[in-house]
Amino acid sequence: MKVEIANLSIAFPSPRGPSLAVRGVSLTVGSEKLGIVGESGSGKSLTARSLLKLLPPEARVRADRLAFDGIDILQATERQMRSIRGKRAGLIMQDPKFSLNPVMTAGEQIAESWRLHRKTSKREAREAALDLLAQVQIRDPARVADAYPHELSGGMGQRVMIAMMMAPDPELLIADEPTSALDATVQAEILRLMEDLVSRRGMSLILISHDLPLVSHFCDRVVVMYAGRVVEELNAAGLARAEHPYTRGLLACLPTLSHPQARLTTLTRDPAWMDGSN
Amino acid sequence: MDGRFQLIVVDNLVIRFGRVEAVSGVSFAVARGTAWGIVGESGSGKSTVLRALAGLNENWSGRMLLDGEELPRRRTRAFFRRVQMVFQDPYGSLHPRQTIDRALAEPLVAQGIGGADAAIPRALDEVALPQAVRFRYPHQLSGGQRQRVAIARALITSPEVLLLDEPTSALDVSVQAEVLNLLSDLQRERNLTYIMVSHNLAVVAHLCPMIAVMQGGRVVETLSAEALRAGRTTHPHTAELRALSTELEEP
Amino acid sequence: MSDTSLRAWLLSDTPTSRRQAGWGRLYRLWCDLRTNPLAMAGLITIILLIVAALAAPLLAAYSPDAQDLSNHLAAPNAAHWLGTDELGRDILARLLWGGRITLGMVVAVVVLVAPVGLVVGCAAGYIGGLPDRILMRVTDVFLAFPRLILALAFVAAITPGITSAIIAIALTAWPPYARIARAETLAIRNSDFIAATRLAGASRTRIILVHIIPLSLGSLIVRVSLDMSSIILTAAALGFLGMGAQPPSPEWGAMVASARRFIVNAWWVPMMPAIAIFVASLAFNLLGDGLRDVLDPKQRS
Repeated sequence: MKVEIANLSIAFPSPRGPSLAVRGVSLTVGSEKLGIVGESGSGKSLTARSLLKLLPPEARVRADRLAFDGIDILQATERQMRSIRGKRAGLIMQDPKFSLNPVMTAGEQIAESWRLHRKTSKREAREAALDLLAQVQIRDPARVADAYPHELSGGMGQRVMIAMMMAPDPELLIADEPTSALDATVQAEILRLMEDLVSRRGMSLILISHDLPLVSHFCDRVVVMYAGRVVEELNAAGLARAEHPYTRGLLACLPTLSHPQARLTTLTRDPAWMDGSN
Repeated sequence: MDGRFQLIVVDNLVIRFGRVEAVSGVSFAVARGTAWGIVGESGSGKSTVLRALAGLNENWSGRMLLDGEELPRRRTRAFFRRVQMVFQDPYGSLHPRQTIDRALAEPLVAQGIGGADAAIPRALDEVALPQAVRFRYPHQLSGGQRQRVAIARALITSPEVLLLDEPTSALDVSVQAEVLNLLSDLQRERNLTYIMVSHNLAVVAHLCPMIAVMQGGRVVETLSAEALRAGRTTHPHTAELRALSTELEEP
Repeated sequence: MSDTSLRAWLLSDTPTSRRQAGWGRLYRLWCDLRTNPLAMAGLITIILLIVAALAAPLLAAYSPDAQDLSNHLAAPNAAHWLGTDELGRDILARLLWGGRITLGMVVAVVVLVAPVGLVVGCAAGYIGGLPDRILMRVTDVFLAFPRLILALAFVAAITPGITSAIIAIALTAWPPYARIARAETLAIRNSDFIAATRLAGASRTRIILVHIIPLSLGSLIVRVSLDMSSIILTAAALGFLGMGAQPPSPEWGAMVASARRFIVNAWWVPMMPAIAIFVASLAFNLLGDGLRDVLDPKQRS
């Protein structure tokens, strides 16, 4: 399985003509953990979501190539997209509260997502749901399976969400800020869990986040986006050797416990970063 | 606790929501001109303490003192001239249908102080916002600009105490650095007293020399920022939070 | 100021005065509304109806009460564009003059009802507790009866006529507005910007009047314009049942009522006022729908 993006542009209409949110992004993802890092408005979520055609209807997408395992996404029919979305590729969003159906129990939702692409009985699906809940390290799967989303804590909800996305055995998982609504203690557990599932199943993962240190800890490769462009692509281990002033600036302006600064370094934005001329 | 030399004293504060006790007996004291940090995870009760201190929640028992005087359940206008608050979400803390000008004028008008026409340009200057934003609506500003407006609004009546509820956690890190710098400049210039609540240890330690760690509605440990940086913690929860925070700092 | 510079002034990203900011906001809403053809059709129809009603003395070729028994129940023709009724009165003239009564009743009802509903609902929602419970139980009592039945009972208790019809409709129309205003208030009372206003030292009255009511106004305007058609229909129904405007008054509902026996052999006599009622209700509905898209805060950032 391979994801290919070449020269992707996404524009939105505005009263003053189309405004470009993503401007000529190219990247490929194989069986690896890729992080896309950027600040709000950098186009990181749009880039990943364009792979599933989950963009707002007014978005205008252009690309030399946008392909999922050889399938041309731009030309794909809604039917082809349905066979990718939720089956071959899953999406985990920031807040499980908004992505889970409030009137279905967690178990029913996982079972449904499991049955969607298999022809099995309800009972088998329920068994599978319990097994998946156990896989996302929920201690009491039977109790959680019968709980409604509002009865679950944030971390538990996110585990259910992950179990649901894992149900159809996808090849690609897109996680869009999956832990930014969670406490630090829970965040670490969820990331460890995702790492474990991804490497055990040999899946590809695209992790979208604003948190550069977090992403570089967790991913193999990091793409840094700024104003709709990729400004730098790094091996996660090579974060300390980042070259682009934006990446370096992002790292420098973080307050840390280990290196106290009287005054935080601020980022001076160079207009040249906008057109990627360096 | 002796409240004479402390600007703010919270003594055995208990806050209930129905049958749930969200805060169970929290005490601390903050000297004038210093910054006090409260860290904890969601549900630890840290924001609840701050909101009660601001007078936004009247269901509390215990004692809260400002400058040696016990605070009444319903706060007076005089209190709001001395104590102001900055909220976490800059998208939710500004009235969506009011211009920045209206937002900044509100404290002056509501308290009958007047002089908005002179005070507003000055307030914008102080938080390094261009005068051009004055008559814009909140949705026309970025998150960082909105948070600067919220800070300007809190400071426009020249309070002594600023309560900061996760003031940077909704902002991008580069903007966070700018806002934190602004907050430390303002504190120095105006001798402000801060109480800052955050889940981010590094942010709190950057601004506050003294830190209370909350868990399950209680303060489990009070320590200096220096001790936190050096790892001299006594409670396991503090140690755990510190480990999670420093783990990501090493590239 | 030329057109383009006025537009630039209105759309400026950096307004330089309170006035400019306020007008700019209204102009943006207007630009949004203008892109919705159905809403614009509704708005234009309403304006035409109001202008026609106001200009009735100029537009009507006949007096609405002038009888011509020798020419009764005439089909639409060159002299009487919409025909004549059973007493030979020109239907077009009666419709134009009747528009004043019907649309006037609607305006009177809205002017009476909207502010009451808004203040009651916002106050109940913000203050909460016992005042809220009392006010909401009162609205429940009013909501428990179908509007027309309640209005009928009120009119029957007083004397039938236009004024009592207006009072009756107003009495039955305010509770839904209070409900909407309360629901809006509940959604915003715990928001941070209201908390910030409390910390600014604003009194309860000031918070309700200055900060909450303007935010609830949007959904109320939408509801009122969607409700206009139902007010027109209630007014017409009261007229039809003989409890509102009394014949010979050319109120549209009363016109339909007095002409209903001719539906078979002179269909245009009851049909013309019925079409007028239909067009007016539809126009208000279309405008209301469009306004909802523009004003609904949940769809705007």
